[in-house]
Amino acid sequence: MISPSQDDLITITLNGVEVEVPNGINAVEAAALHGHEVPHYCYHPKLSVAGNCRMCLVEMGTPMRDRATGEAILEEDGSAKIGWVPKPVIGCATNVSSGMHLRTESDLVNECREGIMEFLLVNHPLDCPICDQAGECRLQEFATDYGRGYSRYVERKNVKPKRTRLGPRVTLDDERCILCSRCIRFSQEVAKDDVLGFVDRGSFSTLTCFPGKELSNNYSLNTVDICPVGALTSTDFRFKMRVWFLKETNSICTESSAGCNTIVSSREGIIQRITPRRNDLVNDTWMTDSGRELYKSVRSDTRILRPSVRGKDLPLLEAISEAVDTLRGKKIGVIASCHSTLEEQILTKRLIELTQAQTFLRGHFGEDDGILLSADRSPNLRGALVTGLSDQYPEDNLSGLNDTLSRGELDALLVLNEDLLMSGVSEEHLQKVALVYLGTETNSSARLADIVLPGLSVFEKSGTFINRSFLIQAFEKSVPGPTGLQSQVAVLAEIIQQLSPEASIPSSDLDDIWNSINNAQDSVLYSIRYSDVKKAAVQLDGSDWSHLNFVEQQALHYPAPILRSK
Amino acid sequence: MTVQPPKERRIILKHADDPNYSNRIGCYLREGGYENLKKAFGMKPEEVAEEVLKSGVRGRGGAGFPAGMKWKFLDRKSGKPIYLICNADESEPGTFKDRQIMYKDPHQLIEGMMIAAYAIGAKQAFIYIRAEFHEGAHILNRAIVEAKAGGYCGDRILGSEYSCDLVVHRGAGAYICGEETGLIESLEGKRPNPRIKPPYFPAVLGLYQCPTIVNNVETLCNVRHIIEMGGEEFSKIGKPNNTGTRIWCVSGQVMKPGYYEFECGALTLGQMIFDVCGGLRPGRTLKAVIPGGSSAKVLRADERFTGSLKDGTAFDWGLEDIPLDFDGPMAAGTMSGSGGIIVMDDTVDIVQAMANINAFYAHESCGQCTPCREGSLWMRKITQRMCSGGAREEDADLLLSVANQIEGRTICAFGEAAAWPTQSFVTKFRDDFIKKATDSTQERNPQTLQLI
Repeated sequence: MISPSQDDLITITLNGVEVEVPNGINAVEAAALHGHEVPHYCYHPKLSVAGNCRMCLVEMGTPMRDRATGEAILEEDGSAKIGWVPKPVIGCATNVSSGMHLRTESDLVNECREGIMEFLLVNHPLDCPICDQAGECRLQEFATDYGRGYSRYVERKNVKPKRTRLGPRVTLDDERCILCSRCIRFSQEVAKDDVLGFVDRGSFSTLTCFPGKELSNNYSLNTVDICPVGALTSTDFRFKMRVWFLKETNSICTESSAGCNTIVSSREGIIQRITPRRNDLVNDTWMTDSGRELYKSVRSDTRILRPSVRGKDLPLLEAISEAVDTLRGKKIGVIASCHSTLEEQILTKRLIELTQAQTFLRGHFGEDDGILLSADRSPNLRGALVTGLSDQYPEDNLSGLNDTLSRGELDALLVLNEDLLMSGVSEEHLQKVALVYLGTETNSSARLADIVLPGLSVFEKSGTFINRSFLIQAFEKSVPGPTGLQSQVAVLAEIIQQLSPEASIPSSDLDDIWNSINNAQDSVLYSIRYSDVKKAAVQLDGSDWSHLNFVEQQALHYPAPILRSK
Repeated sequence: MTVQPPKERRIILKHADDPNYSNRIGCYLREGGYENLKKAFGMKPEEVAEEVLKSGVRGRGGAGFPAGMKWKFLDRKSGKPIYLICNADESEPGTFKDRQIMYKDPHQLIEGMMIAAYAIGAKQAFIYIRAEFHEGAHILNRAIVEAKAGGYCGDRILGSEYSCDLVVHRGAGAYICGEETGLIESLEGKRPNPRIKPPYFPAVLGLYQCPTIVNNVETLCNVRHIIEMGGEEFSKIGKPNNTGTRIWCVSGQVMKPGYYEFECGALTLGQMIFDVCGGLRPGRTLKAVIPGGSSAKVLRADERFTGSLKDGTAFDWGLEDIPLDFDGPMAAGTMSGSGGIIVMDDTVDIVQAMANINAFYAHESCGQCTPCREGSLWMRKITQRMCSGGAREEDADLLLSVANQIEGRTICAFGEAAAWPTQSFVTKFRDDFIKKATDSTQERNPQTLQLI
């Protein structure tokens, strides 16, 4: 969150204490800034205000003024007399103004919360023992704070559909639904796919899809995240794991250059789900459904698990030595990657400098959805620009490499991640050169390669990416990699070490790699340290590349290129 | 001793029971119809609005807010179009006054609306009529066609530069559409979930987020008569702050139920029940009265109401002494609401009456906000159980507690509408509720009306 300038701060009286808060924010946020939690269900900071759960009722008042003279009316003790609004008001729809008085902790407020909690639970199935939301459920949390502990309700509970399929990825349990309408507002306002609504009325209101529609957009799983109870569940994650067993790691989504901030949840080295992490500069609290599926590649059948030399499995170090022998003294071409982390790109660049190799780079492009799936489907294209792997905007193929090969200018290739045949390189040319492949997935490059060096997936290593807004964001290792494998950074460092033992090169430590390049004054990375990026994302100045024709369109927190150049 | 009942003063319902009067325009014109529209068009719109403000006419829909004041709140600076909506979603149980107006004298409403539209500068007006009045919608539509043909409505009204279209929109059978922001949502084609206020006050952000005035049928008809008499003259009818006449709809166990139009404060509740409506059935005694539609708090026959009025005069009333205007029932702790007086004699099982009212509110809650959605159904389930032999002594307190958890915590006034009956029934007839528990095996009195 960007801290507001001093001018925007106003003074309000919160529970009898004068505090400063930004002007115009609502009472829920204002109270939260000063450590007072106002419980709420329907309010979500990134959606419009509905005001229907009534959980955030607070007392609000303003200093009274004489109508005729406009002078403040005082109490007997000389303090300002406060005109309290006779009824409690909802905090989410009450924007603070200078001099406002708020009570978020009073008998009336607590009484309201207890009343609402009781109402929310009377028709709730209370099936926490089998509910996926248990452990991260607002209903459970606030029931602990404001619940009665026993039920006064002796009537029959309402019966509603228990497992409605809303779409390919979302399953709904209507009985648990508290009708907060967050999912409806999300579909309308963020996903722009208005398919959800309520039918029937009163306590029998039921969430459903419009006839003939389904919740199938690429953001549908966000409704599961923002559901404050266990009504909307992820079909993938449903009944798989109790959330309190999960280890959460901060990560960055690699699906596109949007660079969504994510939380990777794993247990005992196995990833169970990916959920978005709030970042108001990048993805707010959202991410795509397709981005959540990426963890499945970690344990996919096409994953390369063992280093091999001409079809024969070898220990990693021996395979690296073979690779170094293959590359040494040759006219090398290096196919760098926009999927590599910034640190891998730094080492790739170092390798290219030491071997005077030719560099090739391809981009991966697709449709831009204008939200969080950008047209650039690689997480770190801007990293390749910043590290100098290319001074041009890459094309969606490697035809340049194909031409170079056809002229017989190269003897050996080091390929990072890219699938050469799919990139427009002919197999015939490739058979004439020695091929070293470093990557995680089996593809045509791996099949044709003389030497295959496996790497680690993004979930198994740490590093940084530069997103479409030139924001450097760090991600953390979530789970250990397959036995016997090392990160790409380690593999590249070893190759460089063996190729030119006399050259000064950084170790495979990420801090070291950053320190090896952040001392060049003309670099945009000047004086930035890895530890800084790990603490908080760092904004780079991207103006050196503003002449390039970036493919991304205007999207969430990303202005259209034409607007940016102004 | 026979007391001469006070005489009705019929202004709005002047022709309601006239067998020679029809709802066609020819008849209306013969009786001096649309002359007031011409008179209003001779004035500036601000002057018309000023007359309405001077008249002090209060809204007849239930809340009793001064109509002229409501018009003043209009946001005219935004430059957005202004809309006028007639709330004809008359659905408060016990109320049937607007129906009489629309079925029998639709042109009176159209004239009142066109004057109001002219005064506030609306170019588009709507009549939102409840689904059950299909005949009413038909009558209104025919009347609008007639009025348009006569130049009293639609394009270039009375040959002036001013045009205002009028459309009848039928509801789909929901009580909540009578709440003005719910009505607006419904008119926009959505679920009628009432809006949060602030920020969505209709006078600023109403229909299509434009400034909008929503007035009741009877209120808009009064506008026509205010122009006829002048605001000053109109304010002399009734009592100060309670100007004009009111149509009271009396139902329940009286000999002559029906609609009666009186000057505000011209008679007391007792005169209404015992003189105007011919009293109770022979041999019966009065048990309770709901004075303003089912959501008003019930009055117990043997209650005493003491206190002082706004002007300082002290009062000590029995139920029969409560003056029928806006402030009288208010002083007695209830409200005149929509004017629906429901009379209950000693044959009524008060818990069943409560169950009946609760069944209505549970069925009609829109389900948007928690307290009303869950509370109204819970109250229904409790009272239904109590009437089916499962009453417990603690149910009275439970009902009261549930109602208290609803009141004042909802988006719209439906929360109060659902909570007030329970609060008043349980408080005032606590013994009946306790008795239900102690003799829950008791045979039902065959004379008791089956209410649910």
